[in-house]
Amino acid sequence: MNAISPHTSAPRVASAGAAVSLDRLGGVVAVLIGVALFVAPFVTYRANRIVAGEARMLLDALPMAMAVGVMSVALGVALVAATIRQPILRLSAAALGLAVIFLAVGRAPGFVTPPGNTFARVSPAFGFWLLTLAFALLVADSITRLRLGPFARLAALAVAAAAMAMLLLSGAWDGLSLLKEYATRADSFWREARQHLFLALGSLAAATLVGLPLGMVCYRVPRIKTAILQVLNIIQTIPSIALFGILMVPLSILSAKVPLAAALGIHGIGAAPAFVALFLYSLLPVVANTVVGLEQVPASVVDAARGMGLSKRQRLFQVELPLAFPIILTGIRIVLVQNLGLATVAALIGGGGFGTFVFQGIGQTAIDLVLLGAIPTVALSFMAAVILDAAIDLARGPSRD
Amino acid sequence: MRAGPVLWRLAALVLLLVFITKPQLFAFVFEPLTINNAPAIYNQGSLFSLTLAHLGTVFSAALASTIIAVTLGIFVTRPSGLEFLALSRSLVNIGQTFPPIAVLAIAVPLVGFGEKPTLIALFLYGLLPIFENTLSGLTQVSPLTLEAAKGMGMSPRRRLIEVELPLALPVILAGIRLSVVINLGTATIGSTVAAKGLGEVIIAGLQSNNMAFILQGGLVVALLAVLISDALMSVERFAARKLGQAPS
Repeated sequence: MNAISPHTSAPRVASAGAAVSLDRLGGVVAVLIGVALFVAPFVTYRANRIVAGEARMLLDALPMAMAVGVMSVALGVALVAATIRQPILRLSAAALGLAVIFLAVGRAPGFVTPPGNTFARVSPAFGFWLLTLAFALLVADSITRLRLGPFARLAALAVAAAAMAMLLLSGAWDGLSLLKEYATRADSFWREARQHLFLALGSLAAATLVGLPLGMVCYRVPRIKTAILQVLNIIQTIPSIALFGILMVPLSILSAKVPLAAALGIHGIGAAPAFVALFLYSLLPVVANTVVGLEQVPASVVDAARGMGLSKRQRLFQVELPLAFPIILTGIRIVLVQNLGLATVAALIGGGGFGTFVFQGIGQTAIDLVLLGAIPTVALSFMAAVILDAAIDLARGPSRD
Repeated sequence: MRAGPVLWRLAALVLLLVFITKPQLFAFVFEPLTINNAPAIYNQGSLFSLTLAHLGTVFSAALASTIIAVTLGIFVTRPSGLEFLALSRSLVNIGQTFPPIAVLAIAVPLVGFGEKPTLIALFLYGLLPIFENTLSGLTQVSPLTLEAAKGMGMSPRRRLIEVELPLALPVILAGIRLSVVINLGTATIGSTVAAKGLGEVIIAGLQSNNMAFILQGGLVVALLAVLISDALMSVERFAARKLGQAPS
């Protein structure tokens, strides 16, 4: 994904007309920033948690000096985006923009809410999200253009995560509705977080334990391969909630008939069907990538290993598997991102996880509660994708890139 | 030699059609799963009309996603849009880390309950696989082929329509299939926000603790997804064969 040739051709084409034309992407970003600042509301004020909100523009959402400050920084970023091509400068400008609006939005509740009112809720509104999107686009574009190595990407992720953690721990956002939803549910939030990770990572671990040997068998016995991959393909096609439902029946019969199963916490409703379903979904990428990874090991390499007197077993563990590893890891990346997302649906059948807040929020039409479940899920998937992409690059080694 | 799989599919299709039109015929299968004399077959709406509503939602969203995603994919691979290509790839990667349910849930407070949030979520999420595959389909067309087309005096427009798009078609179709399969699942969850569809049966089963509803809803959705994905896959194979390429 990093070594794709169009990266190199893009700047060349762009520079052909660089003397006169603006950077198109930067132009789009600048327009987004303009709309966000002057047309869209910055925050929404609601008299209580459920009622419809009233929009507040940036100038009505923050103390005058701060609003003007935010506006000038955002316009500055827009100017940089439209005129400067140097990725490092664009990245710094976008990061500064993000820091400023993230800090500023935390001050809005104190300014907008009448003193002493504890029911009122203030949430970031369309303008805030649009600014975030514009700055994030610029960050993503600069990082793509910089073509950072795996360690640099991991470091960037760590810096971003640390900054976010500091912002949350400092209490700067405590007035926002999202954090108020969190404050009333702090205990259950961390319980559901553990449950979410257990569902996503536990099923991944189980699928890796089963899928790797299965993939090796498929590689050795082509006749089994077609059959197994076909079955796994069909399972992958079944929508999650349908598969949860189908699995509930045998599991509930199992827990009714076998006391041990019930004692182990296996029930028709709850985490068990979700775990089994996620496990089944995870098998296809793991098995398929193990097979593909092993198949693409050059025959000459295997021959050389044989010539060196390595046994079949030694060849598998010392030559074939290490060479297949990056592709197997790609399968694991797909599974992890997919599982972190799918685990949200588990809440529907009582399996817990961040989906609990999403579905509660839908039920109460409380968007901040939905976000309390959705944002951590997206953040986890995003971090998992960045970390595993870096791991895949490292596993491939410098020679291949 | 391909008669076996074809027969299986035909049998599955017939079974599905009979079940959604005359579900009472199968009541005896589901009766053992009910407790307290609860109904064995979903009785709050006809399975047939729910299936039609479900498919209607999925395919209208997929049609809209296809039009937009393919247009965008063509745009960012033209010289005038090349600046957006690298970023589009990152955006698709980032977009796919959003669970479809999150998109659905966030659409609800913005547009209200019912069909609309589901359509929006399906449309937005469906863009990703189609866009991604349009990009890879168009960028993998060999430069030699394009040179040859240019040498024959084809205009950029004719090259796109007569060379690039046909060559990319199987990959684009694969993206559409992925998007439809994901949509079938998301549309099922759409029933939690009051969209009409087969998810209703499962949700009703969960709410009234009726395993029979849950199982029949799950089976109908699963069968539908497998059959549709299968049908779209044969369309892909057909397109690939017409090109004289081995199906990838």
